[in-house]
Amino acid sequence: MKIDKSLISRIEHLARLQLSDTERTQIQGDLNNILEMVSKLDELNTDGIEPLVYMSDTVNSFRPDEVTNQVERSDALKNAPDSNEQFFKVPRVM
Amino acid sequence: MSKNTTLQQIQSAIQSGDLTCVELVNTYLAQIQKTSDLNAYVEVFEEEAIAKAKALDTKYKNDPTSVGKLFGMVVSIKDVLCYKDHQVTGASKILEDFTSLYSATAIERIVNEDAIIIGRVNCDQFGMGSTNENSVYGVTKNGIDPTKVPGGSSGGSAVSVQMDTCLVSLGTDTGGSVRQPAGFCGVIGLKPTYGRISRYGLLAYASSFDQIGIISKSVENIATILEVMAGADEFDSTVSSKLVPNYIQELDFDTNKKVKIAYFDTALNHPSIDPEIKDQTTQLIEKIKGEGHTVEAVPFEYLDYIIPAYYVLTTAEASSNLSRYDGIRYGHRSKAATNLEETYKMSRTEGFSTEVKRRIMLGTFVLSAGYYDAYYGKAQKVRRLIQDRTNEILNDYDFILMPVAPTTAWDLGQSLEDPVAMYLADIFTVQANMTGMPAIALPIGTHSSGLPIGVQLMNKHFGESELLSISKYLINLLK
Repeated sequence: MKIDKSLISRIEHLARLQLSDTERTQIQGDLNNILEMVSKLDELNTDGIEPLVYMSDTVNSFRPDEVTNQVERSDALKNAPDSNEQFFKVPRVM
Repeated sequence: MSKNTTLQQIQSAIQSGDLTCVELVNTYLAQIQKTSDLNAYVEVFEEEAIAKAKALDTKYKNDPTSVGKLFGMVVSIKDVLCYKDHQVTGASKILEDFTSLYSATAIERIVNEDAIIIGRVNCDQFGMGSTNENSVYGVTKNGIDPTKVPGGSSGGSAVSVQMDTCLVSLGTDTGGSVRQPAGFCGVIGLKPTYGRISRYGLLAYASSFDQIGIISKSVENIATILEVMAGADEFDSTVSSKLVPNYIQELDFDTNKKVKIAYFDTALNHPSIDPEIKDQTTQLIEKIKGEGHTVEAVPFEYLDYIIPAYYVLTTAEASSNLSRYDGIRYGHRSKAATNLEETYKMSRTEGFSTEVKRRIMLGTFVLSAGYYDAYYGKAQKVRRLIQDRTNEILNDYDFILMPVAPTTAWDLGQSLEDPVAMYLADIFTVQANMTGMPAIALPIGTHSSGLPIGVQLMNKHFGESELLSISKYLINLLK
Protein backbone atom coordinates (compact mmCIF):
# COMPACT_ATOMS: atom_id res chain seq x y z
CA MET A 1 0.00 0.00 0.00
CA LYS A 2 1.38 3.40 -1.01
CA ILE A 3 -0.30 6.68 -0.24
CA ASP A 4 0.05 8.91 -3.28
CA LYS A 5 -0.59 12.60 -3.78
CA SER A 6 -4.27 12.30 -4.67
CA LEU A 7 -5.00 10.01 -1.72
CA ILE A 8 -3.22 12.34 0.70
CA SER A 9 -5.38 15.21 -0.55
CA ARG A 10 -8.52 13.12 -0.10
CA ILE A 11 -7.58 12.21 3.49
CA GLU A 12 -6.73 15.84 4.14
CA HIS A 13 -10.22 16.90 3.12
CA LEU A 14 -11.87 14.13 5.15
CA ALA A 15 -9.87 15.23 8.19
CA ARG A 16 -10.71 18.89 7.52
CA LEU A 17 -7.08 19.90 7.35
CA GLN A 18 -5.27 22.08 4.85
CA LEU A 19 -1.61 21.21 4.92
CA SER A 20 1.17 23.31 3.46
CA ASP A 21 3.14 21.74 0.61
CA THR A 22 6.10 21.00 2.87
CA GLU A 23 3.92 19.50 5.58
CA ARG A 24 1.98 17.45 3.04
CA THR A 25 5.14 15.95 1.53
CA GLN A 26 6.52 15.23 4.99
CA ILE A 27 3.32 13.62 6.27
CA GLN A 28 2.90 11.62 3.05
CA GLY A 29 6.38 10.16 3.59
CA ASP A 30 5.71 9.51 7.26
CA LEU A 31 2.38 7.78 6.57
CA ASN A 32 4.05 5.51 4.04
CA ASN A 33 6.74 4.60 6.59
CA ILE A 34 4.09 3.95 9.22
CA LEU A 35 2.03 1.79 6.85
CA GLU A 36 5.13 -0.20 6.07
CA MET A 37 5.50 -0.85 9.80
CA VAL A 38 1.79 -1.69 10.03
CA SER A 39 2.02 -4.20 7.17
CA LYS A 40 3.61 -6.53 9.72
CA LEU A 41 0.08 -7.31 10.89
CA ASP A 42 -0.53 -9.17 7.63
CA GLU A 43 1.76 -11.92 8.91
CA LEU A 44 -0.88 -12.86 11.47
CA ASN A 45 -3.78 -15.08 10.50
CA THR A 46 -6.88 -13.50 12.02
CA ASP A 47 -9.54 -15.56 10.23
CA GLY A 48 -12.49 -16.16 12.51
CA ILE A 49 -11.14 -13.89 15.27
CA GLU A 50 -13.75 -11.68 16.90
CA PRO A 51 -12.59 -8.03 16.78
CA LEU A 52 -11.95 -6.56 20.23
CA VAL A 53 -14.02 -3.39 20.32
CA TYR A 54 -15.14 -2.71 23.88
CA MET A 55 -12.68 -2.73 26.72
CA SER A 56 -15.16 -2.71 29.58
CA ASP A 57 -17.37 -5.64 30.48
CA THR A 58 -20.30 -3.39 31.30
CA VAL A 59 -23.08 -4.31 28.87
CA ASN A 60 -25.61 -1.54 29.22
CA SER A 61 -25.23 1.32 31.57
CA PHE A 62 -28.74 2.66 32.02
CA ARG A 63 -29.87 5.84 33.70
CA PRO A 64 -33.31 7.40 34.09
CA ASP A 65 -34.38 9.36 31.02
CA GLU A 66 -34.20 12.71 32.74
CA VAL A 67 -32.56 15.95 31.74
CA THR A 68 -29.49 16.45 33.95
CA ASN A 69 -26.05 17.98 33.86
CA GLN A 70 -27.02 21.05 31.87
CA VAL A 71 -24.71 23.94 31.20
CA GLU A 72 -25.94 27.52 31.57
CA ARG A 73 -26.14 29.32 28.24
CA SER A 74 -23.76 32.04 29.41
CA ASP A 75 -21.23 29.40 30.51
CA ALA A 76 -21.53 27.51 27.26
CA LEU A 77 -20.79 30.69 25.33
CA LYS A 78 -17.84 31.67 27.52
CA ASN A 79 -15.21 29.89 25.43
CA ALA A 80 -16.72 30.77 22.05
CA PRO A 81 -14.40 32.48 19.56
CA ASP A 82 -17.42 34.51 18.36
CA SER A 83 -20.90 34.77 19.85
CA ASN A 84 -23.71 37.10 20.78
CA GLU A 85 -25.75 36.82 23.99
CA GLN A 86 -27.67 33.87 22.64
CA PHE A 87 -25.78 32.02 19.95
CA PHE A 88 -22.41 30.90 18.63
CA LYS A 89 -21.62 32.94 15.54
CA VAL A 90 -20.11 31.29 12.48
CA PRO A 91 -18.98 32.64 9.10
CA ARG A 92 -21.49 32.64 6.25
CA VAL A 93 -22.62 29.14 5.33
CA MET A 94 -24.20 30.02 1.98
CA MET B 1 11.11 16.92 53.25
CA SER B 2 12.91 13.67 52.65
CA LYS B 3 13.01 12.01 49.29
CA ASN B 4 10.28 9.44 49.72
CA THR B 5 7.87 11.36 51.90
CA THR B 6 4.49 9.78 52.31
CA LEU B 7 1.23 11.56 52.95
CA GLN B 8 1.05 9.82 56.33
CA GLN B 9 4.38 11.40 57.32
CA ILE B 10 3.16 14.82 56.24
CA GLN B 11 -0.07 14.37 58.17
CA SER B 12 1.85 13.33 61.30
CA ALA B 13 4.13 16.35 60.97
CA ILE B 14 1.07 18.61 60.77
CA GLN B 15 -0.52 16.82 63.69
CA SER B 16 2.55 17.27 65.89
CA GLY B 17 2.70 20.94 64.99
CA ASP B 18 5.99 20.70 63.06
CA LEU B 19 4.40 21.66 59.76
CA THR B 20 1.46 23.62 58.37
CA CYS B 21 -0.17 23.36 54.96
CA VAL B 22 0.98 26.90 54.19
CA GLU B 23 4.61 26.01 54.96
CA LEU B 24 4.23 22.90 52.86
CA VAL B 25 2.85 24.78 49.87
CA ASN B 26 5.53 27.45 50.20
CA THR B 27 8.25 24.80 50.17
CA TYR B 28 6.84 23.35 46.95
CA LEU B 29 6.41 26.81 45.39
CA ALA B 30 10.05 27.62 46.16
CA GLN B 31 11.07 24.34 44.55
CA ILE B 32 8.97 25.12 41.46
CA GLN B 33 10.74 28.45 41.22
CA LYS B 34 14.15 26.84 41.66
CA THR B 35 13.57 24.26 38.93
CA SER B 36 11.69 26.50 36.50
CA ASP B 37 14.40 26.05 33.84
CA LEU B 38 13.17 22.50 33.34
CA ASN B 39 9.81 23.88 32.15
CA ALA B 40 7.65 21.33 33.94
CA TYR B 41 4.82 23.71 34.80
CA VAL B 42 2.75 25.60 32.27
CA GLU B 43 0.79 27.36 35.00
CA VAL B 44 1.30 27.56 38.76
CA PHE B 45 -1.82 28.18 40.84
CA GLU B 46 0.24 30.04 43.43
CA GLU B 47 -2.21 32.37 45.18
CA GLU B 48 -4.99 29.85 45.07
CA ALA B 49 -2.83 27.07 46.54
CA ILE B 50 -1.72 29.32 49.39
CA ALA B 51 -5.31 30.42 50.06
CA LYS B 52 -6.50 26.84 50.12
CA ALA B 53 -3.62 25.86 52.43
CA LYS B 54 -4.57 28.69 54.82
CA ALA B 55 -8.19 27.61 54.83
CA LEU B 56 -7.17 24.00 55.47
CA ASP B 57 -4.88 24.98 58.34
CA THR B 58 -7.78 26.81 59.98
CA LYS B 59 -10.17 23.96 59.33
CA TYR B 60 -7.73 21.52 60.90
CA LYS B 61 -7.09 23.75 63.89
CA ASN B 62 -10.81 24.04 64.58
CA ASP B 63 -11.46 20.33 64.20
CA PRO B 64 -8.72 17.88 63.19
CA THR B 65 -11.32 15.27 62.27
CA SER B 66 -12.99 17.56 59.74
CA VAL B 67 -10.30 17.36 57.07
CA GLY B 68 -10.39 15.00 54.08
CA LYS B 69 -8.34 11.90 53.33
CA LEU B 70 -5.90 13.83 51.15
CA PHE B 71 -5.27 16.61 53.66
CA GLY B 72 -1.65 17.63 53.13
CA MET B 73 -1.34 16.17 49.64
CA VAL B 74 -0.10 18.66 47.06
CA VAL B 75 -0.75 17.58 43.47
CA SER B 76 0.19 18.74 39.98
CA ILE B 77 -2.09 17.88 37.07
CA LYS B 78 -1.31 17.18 33.43
CA ASP B 79 -2.61 19.80 31.03
CA VAL B 80 -5.26 17.43 29.67
CA LEU B 81 -7.36 17.24 32.84
CA CYS B 82 -10.25 19.65 33.31
CA TYR B 83 -10.31 21.65 36.53
CA LYS B 84 -13.31 23.98 36.80
CA ASP B 85 -12.55 27.65 36.10
CA HIS B 86 -8.94 26.84 35.18
CA GLN B 87 -7.35 26.71 31.78
CA VAL B 88 -6.71 23.42 30.04
CA THR B 89 -5.09 23.33 26.61
CA GLY B 90 -3.72 19.83 25.96
CA ALA B 91 -0.47 21.72 25.25
CA SER B 92 -2.07 22.84 21.99
CA LYS B 93 -2.80 26.10 20.24
CA ILE B 94 -6.30 24.97 19.32
CA LEU B 95 -7.34 25.17 22.99
CA GLU B 96 -5.45 28.38 23.79
CA ASP B 97 -7.38 30.35 26.42
CA PHE B 98 -9.88 27.55 26.98
CA THR B 99 -11.34 27.51 30.49
CA SER B 100 -12.94 24.36 31.90
CA LEU B 101 -16.65 24.59 32.71
CA TYR B 102 -16.42 21.60 35.01
CA SER B 103 -13.85 19.45 36.79
CA ALA B 104 -12.86 15.96 35.75
CA THR B 105 -14.38 13.41 38.13
CA ALA B 106 -10.89 12.43 39.35
CA ILE B 107 -10.04 16.09 40.07
CA GLU B 108 -13.40 16.71 41.75
CA ARG B 109 -12.84 13.74 44.04
CA ILE B 110 -9.33 14.67 45.15
CA VAL B 111 -10.31 18.31 45.73
CA ASN B 112 -13.27 17.15 47.82
CA GLU B 113 -10.80 15.18 49.96
CA ASP B 114 -8.74 18.34 50.50
CA ALA B 115 -5.87 17.77 48.07
CA ILE B 116 -4.24 21.05 46.98
CA ILE B 117 -3.68 21.43 43.26
CA ILE B 118 -0.54 23.48 42.77
CA GLY B 119 -0.46 23.80 39.00
CA ARG B 120 -0.87 22.24 35.61
CA VAL B 121 2.11 20.58 34.00
CA ASN B 122 3.48 20.23 30.51
CA CYS B 123 2.89 17.25 28.20
CA ASP B 124 2.94 16.22 24.58
CA GLN B 125 0.04 17.73 22.68
CA PHE B 126 -3.16 15.80 23.52
CA GLY B 127 -0.91 13.07 24.95
CA MET B 128 0.63 12.34 21.56
CA GLY B 129 4.35 11.82 21.94
CA SER B 130 6.97 10.00 23.98
CA THR B 131 9.34 12.90 24.72
CA ASN B 132 7.32 15.96 25.80
CA GLU B 133 8.81 17.79 22.81
CA ASN B 134 5.44 18.05 21.07
CA SER B 135 4.07 20.92 23.17
CA VAL B 136 3.23 24.56 22.43
CA TYR B 137 4.98 25.38 25.67
CA GLY B 138 8.28 23.92 24.51
CA VAL B 139 10.07 20.88 25.84
CA THR B 140 10.27 19.85 29.49
CA LYS B 141 13.79 18.75 30.43
CA ASN B 142 14.82 15.80 32.52
CA GLY B 143 15.98 17.00 35.95
CA ILE B 144 18.67 14.33 36.19
CA ASP B 145 20.27 15.49 32.95
CA PRO B 146 18.73 18.53 31.22
CA THR B 147 20.16 17.48 27.85
CA LYS B 148 17.76 14.51 27.95
CA VAL B 149 14.01 14.26 27.44
CA PRO B 150 11.86 13.44 30.46
CA GLY B 151 9.81 11.01 28.39
CA GLY B 152 6.20 11.54 27.50
CA SER B 153 3.56 12.27 27.14
CA SER B 154 3.23 13.01 30.88
CA GLY B 155 6.77 14.46 30.98
CA GLY B 156 5.86 17.50 33.07
CA SER B 157 4.15 15.23 35.59
CA ALA B 158 7.22 13.04 35.97
CA VAL B 159 9.61 15.98 36.35
CA SER B 160 7.31 17.76 38.81
CA VAL B 161 7.54 14.70 41.07
CA GLN B 162 11.22 14.04 40.33
CA MET B 163 12.11 17.58 41.44
CA ASP B 164 9.93 17.46 44.60
CA THR B 165 7.64 20.28 43.47
CA CYS B 166 4.60 18.27 44.60
CA LEU B 167 3.89 14.97 46.30
CA VAL B 168 1.88 13.39 43.50
CA SER B 169 1.14 14.18 39.87
CA LEU B 170 -1.81 13.03 37.79
CA GLY B 171 -0.98 12.10 34.23
CA THR B 172 -2.72 10.06 31.58
CA ASP B 173 -1.54 6.86 29.94
CA THR B 174 -2.69 5.78 26.48
CA GLY B 175 0.34 3.72 25.49
CA GLY B 176 2.81 4.25 28.30
CA SER B 177 2.53 8.00 28.87
CA VAL B 178 2.70 7.69 32.66
CA ARG B 179 5.06 4.69 33.00
CA GLN B 180 7.67 5.66 30.40
CA PRO B 181 8.32 9.20 31.78
CA ALA B 182 8.28 7.75 35.31
CA GLY B 183 10.95 5.29 34.14
CA PHE B 184 13.00 8.00 32.41
CA CYS B 185 12.85 10.20 35.52
CA GLY B 186 13.43 7.55 38.19
CA VAL B 187 10.03 7.77 39.89
CA ILE B 188 7.02 5.45 40.22
CA GLY B 189 4.15 5.51 37.72
CA LEU B 190 0.92 3.53 37.81
CA LYS B 191 -1.52 3.01 34.98
CA PRO B 192 -4.63 1.50 36.56
CA THR B 193 -6.96 -0.93 34.80
CA TYR B 194 -8.97 0.55 31.94
CA GLY B 195 -12.20 1.77 33.54
CA ARG B 196 -10.86 1.91 37.11
CA ILE B 197 -10.90 5.74 37.13
CA SER B 198 -13.50 7.80 35.32
CA ARG B 199 -12.29 9.49 32.14
CA TYR B 200 -14.86 12.26 32.47
CA GLY B 201 -13.02 15.54 32.05
CA LEU B 202 -9.94 14.01 30.42
CA LEU B 203 -9.32 15.48 26.95
CA ALA B 204 -9.79 12.31 24.92
CA TYR B 205 -7.02 10.93 22.72
CA ALA B 206 -7.97 7.26 22.23
CA SER B 207 -11.02 6.43 24.31
CA SER B 208 -10.55 2.66 24.52
CA PHE B 209 -6.94 3.13 25.71
CA ASP B 210 -6.88 6.32 27.81
CA GLN B 211 -6.62 6.03 31.55
CA ILE B 212 -5.66 8.52 34.25
CA GLY B 213 -2.40 7.48 35.89
CA ILE B 214 -0.50 8.46 39.01
CA ILE B 215 3.14 9.45 39.50
CA SER B 216 4.84 9.71 42.89
CA LYS B 217 7.97 8.65 44.73
CA SER B 218 6.11 6.38 47.10
CA VAL B 219 3.73 3.50 46.50
CA GLU B 220 1.75 4.57 49.59
CA ASN B 221 0.84 7.91 48.02
CA ILE B 222 -0.26 6.20 44.83
CA ALA B 223 -2.45 3.78 46.79
CA THR B 224 -4.00 6.61 48.79
CA ILE B 225 -4.98 8.80 45.85
CA LEU B 226 -6.05 5.87 43.67
CA GLU B 227 -8.60 4.87 46.26
CA VAL B 228 -10.08 8.36 46.25
CA MET B 229 -10.32 8.65 42.46
CA ALA B 230 -11.41 5.13 41.50
CA GLY B 231 -14.92 3.78 41.16
CA ALA B 232 -18.29 4.22 39.48
CA ASP B 233 -19.18 7.57 37.95
CA GLU B 234 -22.45 8.60 36.38
CA PHE B 235 -20.58 10.70 33.80
CA ASP B 236 -18.53 7.86 32.30
CA SER B 237 -20.45 4.78 31.22
CA THR B 238 -17.23 2.81 30.57
CA VAL B 239 -16.00 3.13 34.13
CA SER B 240 -16.28 0.00 36.26
CA SER B 241 -18.68 -0.15 39.18
CA LYS B 242 -16.50 -2.81 40.84
CA LEU B 243 -15.95 -2.11 44.51
CA VAL B 244 -12.83 -0.05 45.20
CA PRO B 245 -10.52 -1.92 47.62
CA ASN B 246 -8.76 -0.26 50.52
CA TYR B 247 -5.44 -0.14 48.72
CA ILE B 248 -3.48 1.18 51.71
CA GLN B 249 -4.65 -1.63 53.96
CA GLU B 250 -3.75 -4.19 51.33
CA LEU B 251 -0.30 -2.74 50.72
CA ASP B 252 1.72 -5.01 52.95
CA PHE B 253 3.18 -7.95 51.10
CA ASP B 254 2.86 -11.25 52.93
CA THR B 255 6.45 -12.46 52.95
CA ASN B 256 5.33 -16.05 53.44
CA LYS B 257 3.59 -15.86 50.11
CA LYS B 258 5.51 -16.94 47.04
CA VAL B 259 4.55 -15.43 43.72
CA LYS B 260 4.93 -16.59 40.12
CA ILE B 261 6.24 -14.02 37.68
CA ALA B 262 6.52 -14.39 33.91
CA TYR B 263 8.87 -12.54 31.61
CA PHE B 264 9.40 -12.66 27.87
CA ASP B 265 12.72 -13.76 26.41
CA THR B 266 11.74 -11.85 23.29
CA ALA B 267 11.59 -8.67 25.37
CA LEU B 268 14.86 -9.11 27.25
CA ASN B 269 16.65 -10.10 24.06
CA HIS B 270 14.93 -7.57 21.84
CA PRO B 271 17.32 -6.03 19.29
CA SER B 272 16.40 -2.54 20.51
CA ILE B 273 17.29 -3.15 24.16
CA ASP B 274 20.22 -1.45 25.88
CA PRO B 275 22.56 -4.16 27.29
CA GLU B 276 22.70 -2.51 30.73
CA ILE B 277 18.90 -2.52 30.96
CA LYS B 278 18.91 -6.19 30.10
CA ASP B 279 21.59 -6.87 32.73
CA GLN B 280 19.86 -4.98 35.51
CA THR B 281 16.53 -6.62 34.69
CA THR B 282 18.18 -10.03 34.75
CA GLN B 283 19.82 -9.24 38.08
CA LEU B 284 16.46 -8.23 39.48
CA ILE B 285 14.96 -11.50 38.27
CA GLU B 286 17.73 -13.44 40.03
CA LYS B 287 17.21 -11.47 43.19
CA ILE B 288 13.48 -12.21 43.21
CA LYS B 289 14.20 -15.88 42.61
CA GLY B 290 16.65 -15.79 45.49
CA GLU B 291 13.73 -14.90 47.76
CA GLY B 292 12.01 -18.13 46.80
CA HIS B 293 9.64 -16.79 44.18
CA THR B 294 9.23 -18.27 40.74
CA VAL B 295 10.31 -16.19 37.77
CA GLU B 296 10.10 -17.91 34.40
CA ALA B 297 10.46 -17.05 30.76
CA VAL B 298 7.26 -17.63 28.80
CA PRO B 299 6.76 -17.40 25.07
CA PHE B 300 4.90 -14.35 23.81
CA GLU B 301 4.75 -14.33 20.07
CA TYR B 302 2.99 -10.99 19.60
CA LEU B 303 5.57 -8.53 20.94
CA ASP B 304 6.44 -7.06 17.54
CA TYR B 305 2.78 -6.79 16.50
CA ILE B 306 1.73 -4.62 19.42
CA ILE B 307 3.02 -1.27 18.15
CA PRO B 308 1.65 -1.60 14.59
CA ALA B 309 -1.82 -2.55 15.90
CA TYR B 310 -1.66 0.18 18.53
CA TYR B 311 -0.94 2.95 16.01
CA VAL B 312 -3.80 1.90 13.76
CA LEU B 313 -6.31 1.79 16.62
CA THR B 314 -5.23 4.88 18.57
CA THR B 315 -4.93 7.11 15.54
CA ALA B 316 -8.37 5.97 14.35
CA GLU B 317 -9.86 6.88 17.70
CA ALA B 318 -7.89 10.12 17.79
CA SER B 319 -9.11 11.22 14.36
CA SER B 320 -12.65 10.78 15.59
CA ASN B 321 -12.12 12.32 19.05
CA LEU B 322 -10.24 15.34 17.75
CA SER B 323 -12.93 16.16 15.20
CA ARG B 324 -14.60 18.12 18.01
CA TYR B 325 -11.93 20.82 17.64
CA ASP B 326 -13.51 22.73 14.80
CA GLY B 327 -13.16 26.37 15.86
CA ILE B 328 -16.91 26.87 16.29
CA ARG B 329 -17.96 26.55 19.93
CA TYR B 330 -14.59 26.92 21.63
CA GLY B 331 -10.90 27.03 20.90
CA HIS B 332 -8.86 28.67 18.20
CA ARG B 333 -10.65 30.06 15.12
CA SER B 334 -8.58 31.10 12.13
CA LYS B 335 -8.82 34.78 11.35
CA ALA B 336 -8.05 34.13 7.70
CA ALA B 337 -11.10 31.93 7.06
CA THR B 338 -13.98 33.45 5.08
CA ASN B 339 -16.52 30.62 5.00
CA LEU B 340 -17.53 27.65 7.14
CA GLU B 341 -15.41 25.00 5.48
CA GLU B 342 -12.35 27.21 5.58
CA THR B 343 -13.07 27.88 9.25
CA TYR B 344 -12.90 24.17 10.01
CA LYS B 345 -9.86 23.51 7.89
CA MET B 346 -7.77 26.55 8.70
CA SER B 347 -8.55 26.59 12.43
CA ARG B 348 -7.57 22.94 12.74
CA THR B 349 -4.49 23.32 10.57
CA GLU B 350 -3.27 26.33 12.58
CA GLY B 351 -4.26 24.80 15.93
CA PHE B 352 -2.70 21.32 15.79
CA SER B 353 0.99 20.40 15.82
CA THR B 354 2.50 18.34 13.02
CA GLU B 355 2.53 15.19 15.17
CA VAL B 356 -1.17 15.57 15.94
CA LYS B 357 -1.95 16.18 12.27
CA ARG B 358 0.10 13.12 11.32
CA ARG B 359 -1.96 10.96 13.68
CA ILE B 360 -5.27 12.46 12.57
CA MET B 361 -4.30 11.81 8.95
CA LEU B 362 -3.31 8.19 9.65
CA GLY B 363 -6.48 7.62 11.66
CA THR B 364 -8.67 9.15 8.99
CA PHE B 365 -7.01 6.91 6.40
CA VAL B 366 -7.45 3.65 8.32
CA LEU B 367 -11.12 4.45 8.90
CA SER B 368 -11.86 5.56 5.35
CA ALA B 369 -13.98 3.59 2.89
CA GLY B 370 -11.98 0.87 1.20
CA TYR B 371 -9.28 0.65 3.87
CA TYR B 372 -11.33 0.13 7.04
CA ASP B 373 -11.30 -3.69 7.07
CA ALA B 374 -7.71 -4.06 5.99
CA TYR B 375 -6.37 -1.78 8.71
CA TYR B 376 -8.83 -0.92 11.45
CA GLY B 377 -10.72 -4.23 11.44
CA LYS B 378 -7.48 -6.18 11.21
CA ALA B 379 -5.94 -4.30 14.15
CA GLN B 380 -9.01 -4.94 16.31
CA LYS B 381 -8.63 -8.66 15.67
CA VAL B 382 -4.95 -8.51 16.53
CA ARG B 383 -5.93 -6.69 19.72
CA ARG B 384 -8.11 -9.69 20.61
CA LEU B 385 -5.22 -12.11 19.99
CA ILE B 386 -2.93 -10.05 22.21
CA GLN B 387 -5.51 -9.79 24.98
CA ASP B 388 -6.34 -13.52 24.89
CA ARG B 389 -2.69 -14.53 25.07
CA THR B 390 -1.96 -12.04 27.87
CA ASN B 391 -4.96 -13.35 29.83
CA GLU B 392 -3.66 -16.89 29.36
CA ILE B 393 -0.27 -15.93 30.77
CA LEU B 394 -1.83 -14.12 33.71
CA ASN B 395 -3.98 -17.15 34.51
CA ASP B 396 -0.78 -19.10 35.11
CA TYR B 397 1.32 -16.31 36.61
CA ASP B 398 0.70 -13.52 39.12
CA PHE B 399 2.59 -10.85 37.18
CA ILE B 400 4.38 -10.13 33.94
CA LEU B 401 7.74 -8.39 34.35
CA MET B 402 9.30 -6.26 31.61
CA PRO B 403 11.62 -3.32 31.18
CA VAL B 404 9.76 0.01 30.96
CA ALA B 405 11.53 1.00 27.77
CA PRO B 406 14.35 -0.46 25.67
CA THR B 407 16.62 2.51 26.41
CA THR B 408 17.15 5.22 29.00
CA ALA B 409 15.99 8.80 28.34
CA TRP B 410 17.27 9.92 24.96
CA ASP B 411 18.76 13.23 23.84
CA LEU B 412 16.55 16.26 23.29
CA GLY B 413 15.70 16.54 19.60
CA GLN B 414 16.78 13.01 18.77
CA SER B 415 13.34 11.56 18.01
CA LEU B 416 11.92 14.48 16.05
CA GLU B 417 13.28 13.28 12.74
CA ASP B 418 11.84 9.81 12.71
CA PRO B 419 8.34 9.26 14.14
CA VAL B 420 8.43 5.51 13.50
CA ALA B 421 11.55 5.11 15.66
CA MET B 422 9.82 7.06 18.44
CA TYR B 423 6.69 4.90 18.14
CA LEU B 424 8.71 1.67 18.39
CA ALA B 425 10.23 2.80 21.68
CA ASP B 426 6.82 2.22 23.33
CA ILE B 427 7.18 -1.51 22.70
CA PHE B 428 7.01 -2.62 26.35
CA THR B 429 4.38 -0.25 27.69
CA VAL B 430 1.65 -0.54 25.06
CA GLN B 431 0.63 -4.10 25.92
CA ALA B 432 -1.11 -2.93 29.12
CA ASN B 433 -3.21 -0.44 27.16
CA MET B 434 -3.96 -2.90 24.36
CA THR B 435 -5.33 -5.32 26.94
CA GLY B 436 -6.72 -2.82 29.48
CA MET B 437 -4.55 -4.27 32.24
CA PRO B 438 -2.95 -2.34 35.09
CA ALA B 439 0.81 -1.83 35.07
CA ILE B 440 3.36 -0.01 37.18
CA ALA B 441 6.85 1.34 36.49
CA LEU B 442 9.41 1.25 39.30
CA PRO B 443 12.99 2.56 39.43
CA ILE B 444 15.46 -0.30 39.84
CA GLY B 445 18.84 1.24 39.24
CA THR B 446 21.09 3.61 37.40
CA HIS B 447 22.71 3.26 33.99
CA SER B 448 26.44 3.99 33.62
CA SER B 449 25.31 7.23 31.94
CA GLY B 450 23.74 8.25 35.25
CA LEU B 451 20.19 7.93 33.94
CA PRO B 452 17.54 5.89 35.74
CA ILE B 453 16.49 2.40 34.71
CA GLY B 454 13.00 1.15 35.45
CA VAL B 455 11.13 -2.12 35.51
CA GLN B 456 7.49 -2.69 34.76
CA LEU B 457 5.01 -5.12 36.28
CA MET B 458 1.64 -5.91 34.78
CA ASN B 459 -1.28 -7.70 36.38
CA LYS B 460 -4.80 -8.94 35.64
CA HIS B 461 -7.70 -6.54 35.28
CA PHE B 462 -8.41 -4.79 38.60
CA GLY B 463 -5.30 -6.29 40.20
CA GLU B 464 -4.05 -2.92 41.50
CA SER B 465 -3.83 -4.13 45.12
CA GLU B 466 -1.43 -6.97 44.28
CA LEU B 467 0.51 -4.71 41.93
CA LEU B 468 1.01 -2.03 44.59
CA SER B 469 1.89 -4.54 47.27
CA ILE B 470 4.51 -6.34 45.18
CA SER B 471 5.89 -2.94 44.18
CA LYS B 472 6.38 -1.98 47.79
CA TYR B 473 8.02 -5.35 48.42
CA LEU B 474 10.40 -5.01 45.45
CA ILE B 475 11.39 -1.47 46.39
CA ASN B 476 12.33 -2.72 49.85
CA LEU B 477 14.16 -5.67 48.35
CA LEU B 478 16.27 -3.32 46.23
CA LYS B 479 17.21 -1.07 49.13
